[in-house]
Amino acid sequence: MIKRLLKTIWSTLDDRVGLSSMLLPILKHPVPRGARWWYVFGSATMFAFIIQVLSGITLAFSYIASSSQAYETLFFITNDAPFGRVLRGLHYYGASAMVLMVGIHMGQVFLAGSYKFPREMNWLSGVVLLALTLGMGFTGQLLRWDQNATWSVVVGAEQAGRLPFIGERVARFILGGDTVGGATLSRFFVIHVFLIPAFIFAGLGLHLLLVLRHGISEPPVPGELVDPKTYRARYQEHLAKDGVPFWPDAAWRDIVFGAVMALGILALAIVVGPPELGAPPDPSIISADPRPDWYLLWYFAVLALAPPRLETFIILLVPVVIGGLIFSVPLLSNKGERSAHRRPWAIAIVVMSVTGIGALWIVGSRSPWSPKFDAPPLTGSVVGATEGPVAEGARLFHDKRCLSCHLVAGHGGRRGPDLTHIGDLLTAEDMTIRISNGGTNMPGFAGTLTPSELSELVAFLRSRKRAAPSPATP
Amino acid sequence: MKREGESPGVSVDPAKEGAGDASLDLGQAHAEPPPQTPHEIARRQLLGKMSLGLGVVCGAAISVPGIGFVVAPIFRDPPRQWRALGPVEQFKVGETVNVVFVDASPLPWAGVTSKTSAWLRRVAEGEFIAFSVNCAHLGCPVRWMEQARLFMCPCHGGVYYEDGRVAAGPPPHPLSQYAVRVNAGQVEIQTDPIPIG
Repeated sequence: MIKRLLKTIWSTLDDRVGLSSMLLPILKHPVPRGARWWYVFGSATMFAFIIQVLSGITLAFSYIASSSQAYETLFFITNDAPFGRVLRGLHYYGASAMVLMVGIHMGQVFLAGSYKFPREMNWLSGVVLLALTLGMGFTGQLLRWDQNATWSVVVGAEQAGRLPFIGERVARFILGGDTVGGATLSRFFVIHVFLIPAFIFAGLGLHLLLVLRHGISEPPVPGELVDPKTYRARYQEHLAKDGVPFWPDAAWRDIVFGAVMALGILALAIVVGPPELGAPPDPSIISADPRPDWYLLWYFAVLALAPPRLETFIILLVPVVIGGLIFSVPLLSNKGERSAHRRPWAIAIVVMSVTGIGALWIVGSRSPWSPKFDAPPLTGSVVGATEGPVAEGARLFHDKRCLSCHLVAGHGGRRGPDLTHIGDLLTAEDMTIRISNGGTNMPGFAGTLTPSELSELVAFLRSRKRAAPSPATP
Repeated sequence: MKREGESPGVSVDPAKEGAGDASLDLGQAHAEPPPQTPHEIARRQLLGKMSLGLGVVCGAAISVPGIGFVVAPIFRDPPRQWRALGPVEQFKVGETVNVVFVDASPLPWAGVTSKTSAWLRRVAEGEFIAFSVNCAHLGCPVRWMEQARLFMCPCHGGVYYEDGRVAAGPPPHPLSQYAVRVNAGQVEIQTDPIPIG
């Protein structure tokens, strides 16, 4: 009785709404049988986006996008609200997963040559979605609205300020005025919560529409070339011969992988938790050390390592050039070989990109160019003296901030050369000249050191030698 | 078998297309409109174009306030205000200190973000100099190292001498300075936008 009633309700509803006629062809459309685990990263990106939408909406129940209150509401969400900490964690690790998955998805599509005819627009819409994802990452970090966030806004505005002619105006637009203030956060909130998600929804819709229109690409076979004149007919033959319905034959892998990813995100949110809130967003607190979240650390490294003369060009042109190159991939080659086995340059490009970004990421996370402000004074055991010119020189080495940039026996900063054995390399005269006049990336101290201080500093540095080899025992 | 030119993705059986969709049946029930004269066609085309034009004009008119509202900060001249930092005697000659003051036009909901700071030095009895805390490289907050007499930036390692000149690292130009004056025994600083570029 109830079953028949439910069936009637469903059939009436389905008849009026047209769900079955709309969704069944999508669910049952044939896909190549060989589309296995390599094909799950696109759907995983979408699942991560769904997690972001859901966790973002729930966070917005308490988050107040006001420059004066956002930090306090996040503090409340993290420490007092039920499940607030987990939710923030879900949003953070969901963002990380989204960036990771979209990157892997793009690499897989590139290696499999799936961007070639007729799927050029799939690639182009995907590149736009990648850019939007990174935009979400950056603006999301700013919504944390702690000290790191406020200074990151300044860094972003300064980079925009390098644009010729309109730079200053664009920077003012980013800041929402002349300085970080009341208008700054609300515009990033709008961009993060309304604008970019709207574009992502539209882009994702187009991307999925194109996937359905052109079908999921078949696994590439070496020697089986893409010819726009024959590809579609061959693809249809392939589907007719070896196709399987998307649901459930192919989709179950997407669901299993997406579920495992979601559980991983949840586990990280519970066990590790969200990133800690930094100091309050008070621009007058200047003991700040702004860093981007992990997915933009590589760019942070680029900005530090770029030669100063080229930096403006790198800031302005490199993203355009890299973005343009990625964007133009299917425009440069949309036919021919798809298999990575016969496209060694494709493999080389992916390996070089991953290695390059990975190396920059590692350097960015260590940031050896940043002075080590909190380096403690060298201990007596390192200095090798507790009084006299060497000990005084060691004290000056700390007080004059040499230790913030130079390493001695594993202590200090890494911006300048390691001076652990500098006594073996430079004479006292060389050292005096270098300290007084400065050098590449080193300030001169002639105006701030007295002659006696200079000689004490040199005495300390001259004492930095490798230990003399102990006499051979008979 | 696919029809020529049809995409290979999702396909719908033409026989079932529109099944259960009453609107299509209703549409098919309409009688064919009578043939139009050239005069009627031209009139309809004109009306069509006019309606599109009207839509564009209305859309633009509605967009103007929104766009103006969002981009207004770009075109506003930066306001400047003199802010008191304290009595002259509060500052020792030769000492560089961090001073905190309020922006030129703080919004009521700005909270702590309305504050900003600068490095102020009393150079001589009646002479003061104030440096921006924003590194000339990418705007990170520079710190004053009293004993080294250097400003150092934590982000990318920019270093400045005590007079604001670049000593090392990537900054392209010296630290920006604020206007400072002594007025009725008070040291005053003139607010300035964050130095860009």
